Amino acid sequence: MAIGVVVFPGSNCDHDVAHVLERVCGAEVRMLWHRSTDLAGVDALVLPGGFSYGDYLRAGAMAKVSPIMAEVARFARAGRPVVGICNGFQVLVEAGILPGALVRNRDLRFICREVTLRVEHTDSPYTKGYAPGQVVRFPIAHADGNYQADADTLKALEDSARIAFRYAAPDGSSDASPDDAHNPNGSAHAIAGIFGEHRNTLGLMPHPERCAEEVLGCADGRPFFEGLVAALRGVAA
Amino acid sequence: MTGGPEVTPALAEAHGLTAEEYERAVKIVGRTPTYTELGIFSVMWSEHCSYKSSRIHLGRLPTEGPQVVQGPGENAGAVDIGDGLCAVFKMESHNHPSFIEPFQGAATGVGGILRDVFTMGARPIALLDSLRFGPLTRPKNRYLLSQVVAGIAHYGNCIGVPTVGGEVYFADIYNKNNLVNVFCVGVAETARLFKGEAKGVGNPVMYVGAKTGRDGIHGATMASEEFGEDEEKRPTVQVGDPFTEKLLMEACLELMAEDHIEGIQDMGAAGLTSSSCEMASRAGTGVHLDLDRIPCREEGMVPYEMMLSESQERMLLVAKPGHEDAVREIFAKWELEAVTVGKVTDDGRLKLTFRGETVADIPVRQLADEAPRYDRPIAAPQWVEALQGLDVEALPEPSDYGEVLEALLASPTIASKEWIFGQYDHMVRTNTVVLPGSDAAVLRIKGTDRYLALSVDCNSRYCLLNPYAGAAMAVAEAARNVVASGARPLGITDCLNFASPERPEVMWQFAMAIEGIADACKALGTPVVSGNVSFYNETMGLGVYPTPAIGMVGLIENGRRPVTLALKDDGDLVVVVGESQDDLGGSEYLFVWHAREQGVAPQLDLDRARKVNDAVLTLMDTGCVKSCHDLSEGGLAVALAECAIAGGIGAQVGLATGGLRRDALLFGESQARFVLTVAPANRDMLESVLSEAGVPFEVVGWVRGDRLQIGVDRTLTIDRPLSALSETYRTALERALEGGR
Repeated sequence: MAIGVVVFPGSNCDHDVAHVLERVCGAEVRMLWHRSTDLAGVDALVLPGGFSYGDYLRAGAMAKVSPIMAEVARFARAGRPVVGICNGFQVLVEAGILPGALVRNRDLRFICREVTLRVEHTDSPYTKGYAPGQVVRFPIAHADGNYQADADTLKALEDSARIAFRYAAPDGSSDASPDDAHNPNGSAHAIAGIFGEHRNTLGLMPHPERCAEEVLGCADGRPFFEGLVAALRGVAA
Repeated sequence: MTGGPEVTPALAEAHGLTAEEYERAVKIVGRTPTYTELGIFSVMWSEHCSYKSSRIHLGRLPTEGPQVVQGPGENAGAVDIGDGLCAVFKMESHNHPSFIEPFQGAATGVGGILRDVFTMGARPIALLDSLRFGPLTRPKNRYLLSQVVAGIAHYGNCIGVPTVGGEVYFADIYNKNNLVNVFCVGVAETARLFKGEAKGVGNPVMYVGAKTGRDGIHGATMASEEFGEDEEKRPTVQVGDPFTEKLLMEACLELMAEDHIEGIQDMGAAGLTSSSCEMASRAGTGVHLDLDRIPCREEGMVPYEMMLSESQERMLLVAKPGHEDAVREIFAKWELEAVTVGKVTDDGRLKLTFRGETVADIPVRQLADEAPRYDRPIAAPQWVEALQGLDVEALPEPSDYGEVLEALLASPTIASKEWIFGQYDHMVRTNTVVLPGSDAAVLRIKGTDRYLALSVDCNSRYCLLNPYAGAAMAVAEAARNVVASGARPLGITDCLNFASPERPEVMWQFAMAIEGIADACKALGTPVVSGNVSFYNETMGLGVYPTPAIGMVGLIENGRRPVTLALKDDGDLVVVVGESQDDLGGSEYLFVWHAREQGVAPQLDLDRARKVNDAVLTLMDTGCVKSCHDLSEGGLAVALAECAIAGGIGAQVGLATGGLRRDALLFGESQARFVLTVAPANRDMLESVLSEAGVPFEVVGWVRGDRLQIGVDRTLTIDRPLSALSETYRTALERALEGGR
C-alpha cells in the first residue's frame, strides 16, 4: 500500500503531508512530480497545500492543466481516494473534480491561525476516526479559502450529506452563516471541507497535517490520516 | 563598442565615488575606466558592498567558539547543533527600498536573505523580522507598516518558509526612514556546507535562475546614500517573484545534494558584479564572463546594465568540470535557465567581453577585499549628556497604576502583534512548536530530540541614550529570550542600522555599539557568525536611532522541553529572578506616560546576566519551570500581564518597594530578570538551585483567578480583570492601524 503526494511547482506542504503519512502513520509515500502521467501504482492521492505556480492567474488555475491532472481525475472517477488540502482543494475545484469555487477571504487578508471545526459526517475514510459532531482544532493558512457555490450546489451538498467539515465555535455551535464569528473567511454555509459525490474525494482548506503530532500542541489531525491509512490497509488486506 | 557616456570625474562623482576613489580606480586599471568599469567600481566600493566605513570596527567582534562552523565572510554563518547538523543564519536590512516601495522592498528583503541561506546548502526553516516605523498616528506610517507586512507575507507564505517571530518598535525618528531587517535560519548537514568560491581554474561559471532585467540598477549605491527631499528612486527597487525563488531554492538544494559544483553565490546587491568578484576574490582566482550569454529579460541591454542589475532570484555557480549537463538537467526540471557564461581563470581579474570586445578588465581583489577602507572621524555628541540628564525624581508618580498598565499594554511597541503574524504562515513545514508571541520562537529539528529557539531584539531608545549599553542589552535580551524558552544561546547575527557614517557622532554611536556587542557576546558566549551594516538611514540630516538588531540562535537539548510564557495552573508560585533596580531611564513607561525618551539607560552587569541565564537553565533542567518570561519593555507589571494573558489565568502578586519608587518597581526595565512559575511542591527545588547559583530571586505570589492583582507594600496597587487587559493588549495594534487612537 502506498500513498502518492502530488508535487506541483510551488507546492510547499508536500513534505509536511509526507512526514505525517510516513513518520506518524507508517505508510509508504511516493512523491509524484506534476509532469508525470504515471501514478506509480499508489492507492490514494494527496494534493498538498502551497502556492502551485505562485497562485498566479488564480489559485489552482494553472496546476489544473498539469499533465498529472488527467490521471488524478481518472483516479477520482474510479472511486479511489483523493484528498486536496488547502491549495490542493483549490486545484480540485479548479479542475472540476469538486464543485464550487474558493475566492478571496472576507477580510481580504491572508489568515494563519488555528480554527475550530465541526466534523459533520463520519462515513468516509478521512472522517471515520471522529465522532459525529466532534469539534476539532485545525490550523488554516490561506488568502483564498472563502468557499462559494450556487444555491443548487449548496443545497445538493447539504442534502447529500457532503459537507465534511464546518467552521464552528469551540462548543460546536454554528449558525452556518458567512458572517459567523467563527467562520474565518466568509465561506457559504461555513463550509471548511466537502466530499465529492461518492465520498472518495475530499477537499478542505484547514491543514490536518499541521496538527497530527503532540509536539505541535495538537494532534486532532492525526485520525484524519490514520483513518485513510487504515481504510487502505483494509482494502489491501 | 562599450556604449554609454564618456567617463569623467564628474560622472564618477554622480556614481557616488569620491575624487580620491576615482583616482584610485584610474590607477588600478591604468587608464580611464570604461563606463561599465565605472559602474562596477561604484557598486563594489559602495558602502553597502564594501563596508568601507565599518570594516575596521567589525574586526573587534568575537567570531570564534567551539560551536562555530562558519564565521563571517561567507553568505551566512553557521553553528553546530549536534547530530552532524548546523544552523545556518544571517540577518540583512532592506531599509531604503522598503521606504520607497514598501511592499516590494520588504518582499525582496525576504527573498535576498533566503538566498544567502540556501546558497550555503541549508534548507531555510524560519524567518523573523525586525521592523521600525514612525508612530501609527500618521497615515503614511500605517500605510508603510501594512505594506511591509503584506510584502513579507507575500514572499514568505508563497515560498513556504514560516515567518515565526520578530519585533516592531515605533518612534518619530523612523517617520522618514523605516527599518526592515530580515533574519533567516536554515539547517544543513555540516559536512555538506557550500561556499561562495570560484575554485578550479578552467571550471565553467554558470548563471542560473531568473533572467536579468533593468530593475534594481544601482540599488546598492542607493542604499549607500541618505534620502533627500524627493523620493524618485522607485526604479532602483527590485521586484520579487517568490514562485521563481521557490523553484530556484528547490533546484539548488537538489543540485547540492550531489557533487556537481565547487561554489555558489546568490546575486544580491550589485548582482552579477558582486557575485563574480567575491567568488573569485575568496578563491584567489579570476573570472572571465562572456556577457553575450547572459539571459536578459529585454533586448538591447548593455554590459553596464547587466552588471549592475539587481534582478531577483538569480545565482552564480561554478560547476565541476563535466557536470554542466547535470546542472542543466536539474534546473530544466524546475523550469529554470542554467547557462554557462564564463570560466574561472588564474589571472585574478574580472574580465568581461561583449560582442567580441573587452568591456571591463579589473583585478578582483582590489574590487572586493582591497576596496577602500576608512577610519572615519569619531566624536561623542554633546546632546547625549543632556538626554541622560533627566531628573526622574522630579516626575510625578501616577495616581492610578492600573491605568498606566493599560496604557502600556496598548502601546503598539508592547501590544500583541497578532494582527501582523496572523498574516504570516508561521506553521508551514510543521516545525513551529512555540508560535509567535512568546519570548522566542521554537522549532523542532525533525529527526532529533532537539529544538532551535530564535529571537531578534534591539531597544533603539537605549542605544540612543547609550549606544554601548544599548547594544550590549540587545544581545543580552536576545539571549534572555532564548533562555526563557529553555535554550542555551549559541551565536548571533547582527544587522547594524545607523545614520550617515560621514558624521562623527554617528561613527561614535557605531563604534560604541560594536564595543557593546563585542563585550556582551564574550560574556554570554555567543560569537557573531554573520551580519550586515546599513548606514545612511537618514533624511535631511536627521538620522535614525542607532539600531543594532541582534538575531540569536539557541539550542534546546538533553531532552529539555520548550517553555512558554503562559501561566499554567492555579496555585503555582510566581517567582521574580534577578534584581529590580532604579531603571526608569529610557523606559517605555517614561515614553508612554511622561512622553520622554530620556534618562540614563538601564544598567547591565554582563557577568550577572550570564549567571542568571545559567541559573534559569539549570532550574529548567530539573523540569520544574512551568512558565518563564524575560522582563523587558514595560517591566515587571507588563511581563506579569503578558504571562497572564497568554495563559488565560490571573495572578496575585505582592511586592515591596525597598527604597524604589513604585513606578520604578512596576515599570522599570532593570536587566537580567525573568518571571517564572513553579508548582508549590517544587519550592525547595527552586530555592536550592537559585541560592546555590547565587542569583537573587523572590517568590512574589500565586497564579490565581481571573484578575491581575499587584500589591505594593501591602497596598493593592493594580487590580484589573484579565479580560480587560487581554482585550486592550490584543486589539491595540489593530485599533491603531485603523487610526482609532
